[in-house]
Amino acid sequence: MAARPKLYYFRGRGRMESIRWLLAAAGEEFEEEFLETREQYEKLQKDGRLLFGQVPLVEMDGMVLTQTRAILSYLAAKYNFYGKDLKERVRMDMYIDGTQVLMMMIIMAPFKFPEEKQETLASIMQKAKTRYLPAFEKILNDHGEDFLVGNKFSWADIQLLEAILMMEERSASVLSDFPLLKVVMNVKNFPVFSAFKALLPGKAKLTHLSLLLLPLGPTR
Amino acid sequence: MEGKPRLHYFNGRGRMECIRWLLAAAGVEVRCGFIQIIFKLIQGGTLMYGQHLPMVETHGMNLVETRAILRYIPAKYDLYGGNLKEQAWIHMYVEGLNDLSNMIMFLPLSLPEEEMNLAYILEKATTRFFPVCEKVSNQLLPYFLVCNWLSWADTQQPKIILMTEECKPSVLLGFPLLQKFKARSKSIETVKNTFKLERGMFLKNMTSTVAEY
Repeated sequence: MAARPKLYYFRGRGRMESIRWLLAAAGEEFEEEFLETREQYEKLQKDGRLLFGQVPLVEMDGMVLTQTRAILSYLAAKYNFYGKDLKERVRMDMYIDGTQVLMMMIIMAPFKFPEEKQETLASIMQKAKTRYLPAFEKILNDHGEDFLVGNKFSWADIQLLEAILMMEERSASVLSDFPLLKVVMNVKNFPVFSAFKALLPGKAKLTHLSLLLLPLGPTR
Repeated sequence: MEGKPRLHYFNGRGRMECIRWLLAAAGVEVRCGFIQIIFKLIQGGTLMYGQHLPMVETHGMNLVETRAILRYIPAKYDLYGGNLKEQAWIHMYVEGLNDLSNMIMFLPLSLPEEEMNLAYILEKATTRFFPVCEKVSNQLLPYFLVCNWLSWADTQQPKIILMTEECKPSVLLGFPLLQKFKARSKSIETVKNTFKLERGMFLKNMTSTVAEY
């Protein structure tokens, strides 16, 4: 009876992308409704499905969910990607929040003025390499495991993988100083994401995954 | 061995305020370590992403990232509703209100167009956020927003209301249910005790004005 989750967003990555990754990691198929006209968006609002008037919107398990972080938290808990206890969870939350801050900076970069763009991107990459990536490299180094938390695949790994791919799109050598990250946080290591690198245009199941290979920026 | 949680932050509200409210509601006493200690911590390598505030030392861990801390406390002290769905709803509600809270929080740090910003924030508060809050407060339960006991939503909402009222005292005029809610939340046992004692919690962001409760 459980219908598939349904995602409402613009045709692009933006804030919905992390949600797509989590669902993909859980092996959960989902539907997407792309908001391509103003009327569609206004209808959602009028129907009262957008709590604070914003997307992403995900309808699943009989609930109408907005607020990216709330959705992600729910998915992580539901599919057991949230650690085995509260202590693992809070560690994961720390890693994920840091990653998300970094990703937000990258996502917002295209909205800067052209003169600022190059400079902004450069400074973001700099921050990534001096503040964030070293922290994750250290974590992997300290415990020697293949996953960030609890020696088990979790939301923290998914989020970091997404962030790394995002960064590599802008700067292919971003992981050059981080050997552990390069080896461990490689999307090829995770069979559940194996479809990402293989563009299979005809397959309905994978069309949502092909969004990951859209060019930069949240809207086309 | 389990001492009180220790909060490291500036002597002001800022991002730590949500955390203080939550701990207050949970009835947890805290110790506050203000900024001087930060430099020692950076040197000692305990701060994960470099210089990172707020930071909360509790249960043998050093927690950074406001949101991570904010998710830990309700889970730990049972302020997160009774099941995953309630949790998701609380989370959704709180994150949405957080947007308003951030706008107000950064107001003193914005440029001289402050008057304009204030008007914009108040407009958003009364047209986008408070109507939702009013509707939510109307829905189910006599005392609490979700399930039958105190939750994170019940601490976030009064905090937002108070913050907005500081910007404009009459902002709750069109929202009778919110006024009722505010009166109710003042009488929550744990909240009442904490905020009465610690006047220091009501310093405005970075100045020394003490707000009235």
